[in-house]
Amino acid sequence: MNALIQLLHGFGTNCLLFVLTLVMAVPLGLVITFGTMSRFKPLKWVMKTFVWIIRGTPLMLQLFVVLYAPGLLLGIPMSNRMTAALIAFVINYAAYFSEIYRGGIESIPVGQYEAGQVLGLTKSQTFFKIVLFQVIKRITPPMGNEIITLVKDTALARVIGVAEILMNAQRFAASGVIWPLFTSALYFLLFTGILSVLMSWVEKKMDYYKG
Amino acid sequence: MSILEIQDMHKSFGKTEVLKGVGFSMEKGEVISILGSSGSGKTTLLRCINFLETADSGRIMVDGNVIFDATDKTKKTPAKIREAQLNFGMVFQQFNLFPQYNVLENVMLAPKLLAKERPDYKQNKRQILGEIEEKARDVIDKVGLTQKLLNYPCELSGGQQQRVSIARALVLGPKILFFDEPTSALDPELTGEILKVIKDLAQKHITMVIVTHEIGFAKNVSDRIIFMDKGVVAEEGTPEEVIDNPKNARTKEFLSLVDRK
Repeated sequence: MNALIQLLHGFGTNCLLFVLTLVMAVPLGLVITFGTMSRFKPLKWVMKTFVWIIRGTPLMLQLFVVLYAPGLLLGIPMSNRMTAALIAFVINYAAYFSEIYRGGIESIPVGQYEAGQVLGLTKSQTFFKIVLFQVIKRITPPMGNEIITLVKDTALARVIGVAEILMNAQRFAASGVIWPLFTSALYFLLFTGILSVLMSWVEKKMDYYKG
Repeated sequence: MSILEIQDMHKSFGKTEVLKGVGFSMEKGEVISILGSSGSGKTTLLRCINFLETADSGRIMVDGNVIFDATDKTKKTPAKIREAQLNFGMVFQQFNLFPQYNVLENVMLAPKLLAKERPDYKQNKRQILGEIEEKARDVIDKVGLTQKLLNYPCELSGGQQQRVSIARALVLGPKILFFDEPTSALDPELTGEILKVIKDLAQKHITMVIVTHEIGFAKNVSDRIIFMDKGVVAEEGTPEEVIDNPKNARTKEFLSLVDRK
């Protein structure tokens, strides 16, 4: 019973990391998208390079860099391991989200913008009243995928010493008790299961039109 | 005074000069069809007039006022272009309806957003929105789609979608309505319903410019035909003059190659 509570406590950390990452990476991703789609070339290339580096290196490596770089390079050690994990996750996921957003925005036919323009709509009215909803509908399936991956990735935080569920489970396994590993799996399955149901509900809600 | 006058319009894409000095003018209530082979510059001309492309040189005048002059930067600000844009309505070959909105919402979206800029919007909101809906229902009725008011574009045939897009343009009360090959994306059996709607509009003296490949229809509905070739107006006149007795060699060649039914 004590073990269950310890596991649950660990999973709380995973959930917290998940929620905070999602809340921050979703809007930050949009900012990065506007950067990578900018007509101002220097900004565009800086952002594209940034996305390339983040997507092209292991998340585990990024966790180490965020934890150690401030201390080793600037002499200001990272005080909180959870904060370090959160920063790494937000940056990593914002980069992935930004590419999903970009794909969604670029998939909207140019005729939608032109129709908005000839009807006298401003650029921002065209984006928010016409384009945005169509983008959201199109990116919901890939976003769902990414969000479910995030749930499982939170376990990676243990490599910089964040006391999440697998760290606890492994301690039990090392002392000869196997079932906490399976219990951990159940927690993850339950969480991702609920998310899947939620995502397909959202998809269904938006399926009242085609295109 | 002409309701629309286009003067010496030039447009190049890279090194390709698509418009090489196009000009024409039209009177209120007139219907003009623009004919010509692919690549003759018809669509580019329409897109330049509707600010979807920016002409390299030339002027656009509406009721004698210059609304675009390639040399005048003060007329190219987004606000000025928006203001100028509202003189015109545009119907696209691909309809470009907004898929997430039903027929009524598609037609009401632009007038609703424009109404928000009115100084009395907050006080008279209910009344203004009521008037917009009445107007929207009226134009939808004009194109014969009252039965489909709450349907989404994906539930309509191509012909019905194009009629919605005509209603969407009409609701703003443009001085001139432009059609860019309005039947080219439709199955042959669906073009008739669009041509009928345009004909009804012509009878109501709506000023229209129609880029089309339907020669027979152009002859039937137009007061005047403009034949474009290689970026210039090659021939212009009444349908009888241009279609039945073309003088220009290119016009003759074009008409001999297309179905004139």
